[in-house]
Amino acid sequence: MKVLVTGGTSLLARRTAEALLGRGDQVVLLQRHASPIDTTQVLGDVRDADAVAGAMNGCDAVVHCAAKVGVMGAWSEYHGVNVDGVAHVLHAARRADVARVVHVSTPSVAHAGRSLVGAGADAAVTGRSGAFYAESKAMGERLALHAAGDELPLVVLRPHLVWGPGDTQLVGRIVERARAGRLALVGHGNALIDTTYIDNAASAMVAALDAVSPGAPCVGTAYVIANGEPRPVAELILGILHAAGVHAQPRHVPLHVALGAGSVVERLWALGRRTDEPPLTRFLAEQLGTAHWFDPRPARDDLGWSPQVGIDQGLALLAEWFVAHPA
Amino acid sequence: MTATPPRALPTDEQWRRWGIDPAWSRTVEVTGADGTHTWHVLDHGPPTPIGTVVCVHGNPTWAYLWHRVMHRLGDRYRVVAVDQLGMGWSDRVAVRRYAQRVADLGDVVDALHLDGPLILIGHDWGGAVSMGWAVDHPDRLAALVLCNTGIAVPAGRHAPRLIRLAASGPLNGAVCRRTRMFVDGTLALSWSRVERTSRDAFRAPYRSAARRTSVADFVADVPFDATHPSAAAIDAVASRLGSIAAPTLLVWGASDPVFDDSFALDLAARMPHADQHRFAGVGHLSPEEADVAGVVDTWLGEQAIAPQPSTPSSAQIAPSAAYAPGWAALDALAGSYQLAFVDGATGERTSFAELHERITGIARGLGALGLQPGDRVAMLTPAGADLLAAIYGVWRAGGVTVVADRGLGLRGLGAAVRGAQVQWVIGPPSALAAARALRWAPRARQISVGRRVPGTLATLAELMRSDAAMPAEPQPDQPAAVLYTSGATGPAKGVRYTQRQLAAQRDALAATYAITAADRLVAAFAPFALYGPALGIASTIPDVDVTKPGSLTADALGAACASVDATIVFASPAALANVVRTSGGIDPRTSAVRLVLSAGAPVPVATLEAMSRRCPHAALHTPYGMTECLPVADVSLVDIRLGGDGRGVLVGHPVAGAEVAIAPLDLHADRPVVLLPAGTTGEVLVRAPWCSDGYDRRWATEHDARPVDEQGVRWHRTGDVGRLDGEGRLWIEGRSVHVVHTDHGPVTPVPVEVAVELVPGVERCAAVGVGPSGCQQLVVLVEQVDADAGLADEALSSAVRAAVGCPVAAVLVAPTLPVDIRHNTKIDRTLVAQWAGAVLRGERARLPW
Repeated sequence: MKVLVTGGTSLLARRTAEALLGRGDQVVLLQRHASPIDTTQVLGDVRDADAVAGAMNGCDAVVHCAAKVGVMGAWSEYHGVNVDGVAHVLHAARRADVARVVHVSTPSVAHAGRSLVGAGADAAVTGRSGAFYAESKAMGERLALHAAGDELPLVVLRPHLVWGPGDTQLVGRIVERARAGRLALVGHGNALIDTTYIDNAASAMVAALDAVSPGAPCVGTAYVIANGEPRPVAELILGILHAAGVHAQPRHVPLHVALGAGSVVERLWALGRRTDEPPLTRFLAEQLGTAHWFDPRPARDDLGWSPQVGIDQGLALLAEWFVAHPA
Repeated sequence: MTATPPRALPTDEQWRRWGIDPAWSRTVEVTGADGTHTWHVLDHGPPTPIGTVVCVHGNPTWAYLWHRVMHRLGDRYRVVAVDQLGMGWSDRVAVRRYAQRVADLGDVVDALHLDGPLILIGHDWGGAVSMGWAVDHPDRLAALVLCNTGIAVPAGRHAPRLIRLAASGPLNGAVCRRTRMFVDGTLALSWSRVERTSRDAFRAPYRSAARRTSVADFVADVPFDATHPSAAAIDAVASRLGSIAAPTLLVWGASDPVFDDSFALDLAARMPHADQHRFAGVGHLSPEEADVAGVVDTWLGEQAIAPQPSTPSSAQIAPSAAYAPGWAALDALAGSYQLAFVDGATGERTSFAELHERITGIARGLGALGLQPGDRVAMLTPAGADLLAAIYGVWRAGGVTVVADRGLGLRGLGAAVRGAQVQWVIGPPSALAAARALRWAPRARQISVGRRVPGTLATLAELMRSDAAMPAEPQPDQPAAVLYTSGATGPAKGVRYTQRQLAAQRDALAATYAITAADRLVAAFAPFALYGPALGIASTIPDVDVTKPGSLTADALGAACASVDATIVFASPAALANVVRTSGGIDPRTSAVRLVLSAGAPVPVATLEAMSRRCPHAALHTPYGMTECLPVADVSLVDIRLGGDGRGVLVGHPVAGAEVAIAPLDLHADRPVVLLPAGTTGEVLVRAPWCSDGYDRRWATEHDARPVDEQGVRWHRTGDVGRLDGEGRLWIEGRSVHVVHTDHGPVTPVPVEVAVELVPGVERCAAVGVGPSGCQQLVVLVEQVDADAGLADEALSSAVRAAVGCPVAAVLVAPTLPVDIRHNTKIDRTLVAQWAGAVLRGERARLPW
């Protein structure tokens, strides 16, 4: 099988590509900057329909990982990558007679600001103000699900808080802030948070590629992907810090303070025309201050996938990586 | 006479707003004795229904009353709910008498060509009309269901005040027709429990005075004296109710101020084969307020699979021993001056001869005062010599003792006495006054214990001296007792026992514990003192506050043992724990004790071990059982020591005569149960000759609790989860409501707790689930006296995770665990789960205990 993986510089896309190559599939990467992976690479932007069509040429399947994440940037940028980009991928996939499409989304398309306890993959909602990432990803997911059918077997995966060795988004930031003595826990850190170890997220992409075919129950459906092992957020963060060899005791910030501070920081960052990601965002405060865990059964039943690496095992692998990659 | 044309029917949009498919609504022209009228009916069913249900509303409701029944049954049954003439959206008509309305029902049934056997459901005066049709058409009646209705004002009860007021001439027009008072009043009886859209639907056909004419006429047709034009017709139906052979269900809202419980009992007396289901706290509009539809559905299903509905649903085995009544030992010892009972508080000693004399006196006296076999007698006397004599006296007279556990509190006690509908109350003046003031049993005859007070028929002491004729000895299968114990959830249920079942229980205890005439009993758990006279052995209750069994001291126990030279001690786990706490070592007064029994809650092994050191000659046993069936199994401390660490708590082998089986956790009483093999965890089912008869006036509860297996054997569900091991021993793993349903399957709490309690420093813990069933996460709460409630530290979390064989999402600590007041050992895991759920959502949650 020849698979196009977009957004190849992200950790998830890289691991997915490696997993596919590892089992003998051919992989084409589409991304803006060169990736160290030894496979066919097309340098380009998903906002460029021609670039997407060119990369798709001759492929049997596509895993669409490319996305504009974070909170910084203009709406036009989010819309261009997370909505138009999806439209270009879908269009090119139809043209190229691609038989399998995995669209990578996020659980935040469906929910914001409330506790998720054993939740399912509810329908994406749009119409929130301010949250450009979630809003644009929701629109993109709708486009993708709308296109799904026997003509274009497509499944949506929503991996939740992916982490692992080499991850700069979650692990990197927590460790960096702790080393700087500026890590704060939202609330008591009691909220149960499910996360996804990177290898599990990659194996879910591969399992979804194999499962999605005309008539399969997963076609046109969204699935939350996570380890299915929620832990109190304080315990997870301490686990990551231990793995990194950092011995810091995070401060506690009450949830409402964190939410308020997140909003203020976001605005200040925007006013200051900074383009890097702020240290605290409202989204992050919500994510870390309220429970977020999901029902693992739909993904297991329909995709035949279950995580292979447990949280504790993942933390041990992370510790090994930190030993090999000292700061 | 010209009929007012029916107002335009509701629009499709209106029907939909009321949750009714507009297609169900239709009209039918019906020709009867006084011409042709247009009826409105709601008619809904599948293409090939398995039966036809006709629903008849009362006054001032209409067919909408049955919307829940229609939704519930309509996928299998054709359900036709009629609007009576003058009511709902049917033709408005002139005054119609009862006999005419019965004929009307026949006419509309015929016009709809409902020819097959009918299941008839009636509410309020629709029930009376249904009964009228039923007695006239015995061959066409498949089943009869009556909700909050009546056919006659029960003896000793005044006619419902609201109806009497509304029916009286001058007020009738004002209350019922010119104003909405009667329509709204009826809704108000159930106000808080009826939703806004339903209120709107109920009122819709009665918006103008002209449309309420029949509401007034209906009320005026209620006969309050024999001269009323409808009195003769209603009386004739009432007198023929006994001829109804079809299965009948009385399903009742118990808080209806109009057709209250006494109407249900009146109908039950007229139709003795009727099943009853009583909804506590539900008012007049029971089909709207409560799950009448669900009960009716289950009940109808049961009628179909079990053609003899009156077969007792008891989970019993025929007893092997010959029946000897509960008072047989007392009769045998009638001339004996052996010690029978010592009152721990007063030190008063009673011989068997004296006790026998008192009991026979009470039986004679009650008979002379008119106690009928089956009469229910609330026993409000505190535990002691008087209670003992009164209970055996009532039994011997053929009465049914209604006993409520003191742990229920005053409210629970009141609810129990009211629910049991007692005819008699025996108690001290204070309790009698409370029973009267709180209207627990306003019409019951009262016997005072102690001084004579106005309003009582006699004192217990007077009865004891009675030399009236001895009432006939009750039959073995006659009801003997209704026991109310504090349940974990919801209102207490009355557990029914017959004389035979009580006798079998006595025999089981005697056989299990080899009790002979040489034994003497200390019952630190008061109800157990009752077994003394039944077993023909001396007994006593220690001087202790019976509502706080945990206050029993080692000295009080020693004194009680000395008073009877006890060989057997029965104490709750909490009492035993306090004895151990307050004990200074081996007490010579307990040297004759050969057996210590403890039950009522899980008994910590450490408590048993400690007690064993203080009573070195005694064997320690814990019987396993419940209010509905005791004993089921038994285990000794020696067995527990040898049993090793298994999953859960070892409760031992079933006792001789009892059987235990394991059913799947998702067991459903509507289907035959496939029993599970040894080693598999599931819900524990039991049966024994001493298993209770069932639940009092709780047909659906009883049905749910008494499933049938594939061999047709009926069992009692314990609500406990456990398994049988290869040796046939029973292990308990928790309560079925506390099972954690994870995405990998069910996890039972007790084995997890047993494993965690092996972690150094952990005394006690609770394993609970958070999140939705099917993907719950397991959480362990550890008791740590000096800890702030919250997440456990890293070391404890790791140790707990390492000890438990399955994933644990979080380990929490709290300075205390919520335990029951009575036993101090039953952990309220439901409360723990609620708190843990809030904490782990990231909320600020104070400990609710």
